[in-house]
Amino acid sequence: MDALDVSRWQFGITTVYHFIFVPLTIGLAPLIAVMQTAWVLTGNTSWYRLTRFFGKLFLINFALGVATGIVQEFQFGMNWSEYSRFVGDVFGAPLAMEGLAAFFFESTFLGLWIFGWTRLPRLVHLACIWVVAVAVNLSAFFIIAANSWMQHPVGARLNPETGRAELTSIVALFTNNTALAAFTHAVFGAFLTAGTFVAGVCVWWMIRARNDNRDEAQTMFRPAAVLGSIVVLAATLGLVASGDVQGKLMFEQQPMKMASAESLCHSATDPDFSILTVGTHNNCDSVVHLIDVPYVLPFLAKGEFEGVRLEGVKDLQSQYVEKFGPGDYRPNLFVTYWSFRAMIGLLAVPVLFSVAVLWLTRRGRIPLSRWLSRFALVAMPAPFLANSAGWVFTEMGRQPWVVVPNPTGDPMIRLTVAEGVSGHSVGMVVLSLVAFTAIYAVLAVIWFWLIRRYTVEGPQEHDSEPTAPLPPGSDEVAPLSFAY
Amino acid sequence: MALQELWFVVMAGLFLGFFVLEGFDFGVGMLMGLFGRGAGQDAERHRRAVLNTIGPVWDGNEVWLITAGGAMFAAFPDWYATMFSGLYLPLLAILVSMILRVVAIEWRGKVDDPGWRRWADIGIAAGSWVPAVLWGVAFAALVRGLPIDVDKRLQASIGDLLNGYTLLGGVATAGLFLFHGAVFVALKTDGAVREEALRFAGRVALPVTAVLASFGLWTQLEHGKDWTWIVLVVAGLAQLAATVRVWRGVGEGWAFAYTTVAVAAVVVLLFGVLYPNLMPSTIDPAYSLTIDNAASSPYTLTIMSWAALVFAPLVLLYQGWTYWVFRQRISADRIPEPVGLTRRRP
Repeated sequence: MDALDVSRWQFGITTVYHFIFVPLTIGLAPLIAVMQTAWVLTGNTSWYRLTRFFGKLFLINFALGVATGIVQEFQFGMNWSEYSRFVGDVFGAPLAMEGLAAFFFESTFLGLWIFGWTRLPRLVHLACIWVVAVAVNLSAFFIIAANSWMQHPVGARLNPETGRAELTSIVALFTNNTALAAFTHAVFGAFLTAGTFVAGVCVWWMIRARNDNRDEAQTMFRPAAVLGSIVVLAATLGLVASGDVQGKLMFEQQPMKMASAESLCHSATDPDFSILTVGTHNNCDSVVHLIDVPYVLPFLAKGEFEGVRLEGVKDLQSQYVEKFGPGDYRPNLFVTYWSFRAMIGLLAVPVLFSVAVLWLTRRGRIPLSRWLSRFALVAMPAPFLANSAGWVFTEMGRQPWVVVPNPTGDPMIRLTVAEGVSGHSVGMVVLSLVAFTAIYAVLAVIWFWLIRRYTVEGPQEHDSEPTAPLPPGSDEVAPLSFAY
Repeated sequence: MALQELWFVVMAGLFLGFFVLEGFDFGVGMLMGLFGRGAGQDAERHRRAVLNTIGPVWDGNEVWLITAGGAMFAAFPDWYATMFSGLYLPLLAILVSMILRVVAIEWRGKVDDPGWRRWADIGIAAGSWVPAVLWGVAFAALVRGLPIDVDKRLQASIGDLLNGYTLLGGVATAGLFLFHGAVFVALKTDGAVREEALRFAGRVALPVTAVLASFGLWTQLEHGKDWTWIVLVVAGLAQLAATVRVWRGVGEGWAFAYTTVAVAAVVVLLFGVLYPNLMPSTIDPAYSLTIDNAASSPYTLTIMSWAALVFAPLVLLYQGWTYWVFRQRISADRIPEPVGLTRRRP
């Protein structure tokens, strides 16, 4: 192991940690805003209790999302200083704008929302959670635009005097087709995560409350479970559509990534889509396709069923050597192949679950089934795993590049990860790797325990009645509505 | 004014915002555990009253640092790359402690259990003390100069990071934040908690002033320019004025205004003596990172200037509004009963 490997592991581990919590935040904030809006509009206290209940879970999650996010802002400079020098002119802009235009909003207005229950007028308080919901999605756009620039650099040129990438068009950066597709895909993934979470928790509670509190099951948990399930199905449509767009872009712009995802070793016309491939060695040295499906792959790549020529890993490798000089330009075939399949396959779990929920709760029914309750527990982690698998595929598919050369852009805008890493000693990077991994692991365990504990406890007694906001100045002795 | 100079000012402004706002957050976190001693049963309420003075705002305050990091990346990529890869270990310690602070503050009240709260309090204290000291060390090291070679790379030895001057810088910022935080708590609370806060502030006022004066003078004599004398004098006068207010036990509003001026003046002093360098090199002054050789392209700086021009006033406006919304003083008896769950389901 050298500093490069350790740095890659560290960035991977910290980012995957961060993105366990992020999608739940991105998806749950709008869902909570919807619940609170339903309460404000209808006056139905069930929605109030749901808002409070999921609000608590949201905050437990938000804390760890913030904590794991702080590291990301500085890790580029710490471990990838050569990369930071090369791309800072371009990459720094969306990062700084994310801070200015999104982080400030979400952190400030979340504070207002948490502490403002009896201090702000009801509509102003509702506006606060909507601001949070928009801001968390906005921050996703900025950071995904930055990431997409690494996958498909646009709006930049190489300054030969400084040897650095320079921004030539911020509009091109923000309308990068890769960015638009990736943002849409990530946001639908986040909605899928939050929808499954809400549906799963509420189904579990609906079945549990069925006997001793039928009213609660009927008026509170059932509507929320239906809401979550509808969000899941809508998000699935969005995921499939945006994923299809993304796939076609990738075949065009990052052929190596897609060839690797399909373990397509040799160029071919109309190759079959592989469902099961085994290999004794990685990277096309000994790969055997066991189960294939025709027509799927050409459609995924170009939207046509026949007459599509796709390039294989081995041919791309020799093309790249010719273009960029000697080197190994192949990503890890095993990881890209299986993470791609895991991401897609895991989608089936929340979809089946939501369909089952919608069917079993049709026309006011409350299901009794124990298996549905168990299904809920299995369904909830699936989107988290799918999100991780998708990002692992995206990021490990672009190896060995950290800035992938754009086939139709400035070919000099490219950087391998080996050229981007800081010149640290192995020991120092191992120290930070161990420190972050250990501390995140402990915090993730506590996070899980807290989420589980609060879920099992259910909506609280003291949250049952909404308190009217007091006019400012008149509550000198009233207790605060919330205090840490 | 050239764009590089504007962005030097913006960077100073972002760090100024961070140190002023997180300054009292750190102070609150450093002091929180000391409150309520002798209050018996009420100790926990006192501590929560102190923590809740920053309750709705600390997260927004922390974003000043995140945005400063992003702005540094965008406007001066070489500064960002050299500083954060060069000051690796201090930054690692800062990040780890800040992670602890975030989750400790948010999760503290989630479980109603003394052992749980003890861990949270340790996290809050560590997450406040470590950055309060290390940001001072880091900025003092920056001002003092670091061994930057011709390639803008930094191989700092432990002696470059930890020496008399940088350690004094760390003690100075920690002391400053301690005082700033105590005055802030006095301003934001009522009753017994306020009196305790004033007592703390009064007790640390003199030592803090002494440390601050020696750090300021050392900085000025070794690295200062003519005009930074004014800043130093302003810092000193503000610190003394705040001390007088605290000792008389009245006018926390003014005392807080004075400590804010003192913190701001220290930031202006540090950035003032740096200018036009970002990171002076101790190997050869020609290797120093300056606002000219470390800046982004004019196009990026222009774009970022527009973004800052639109969003920065907005941020100031709504953050100011948040402070206005939660302007009322908190007393221990306004702290609600703990609503955290027990460790196990009863």
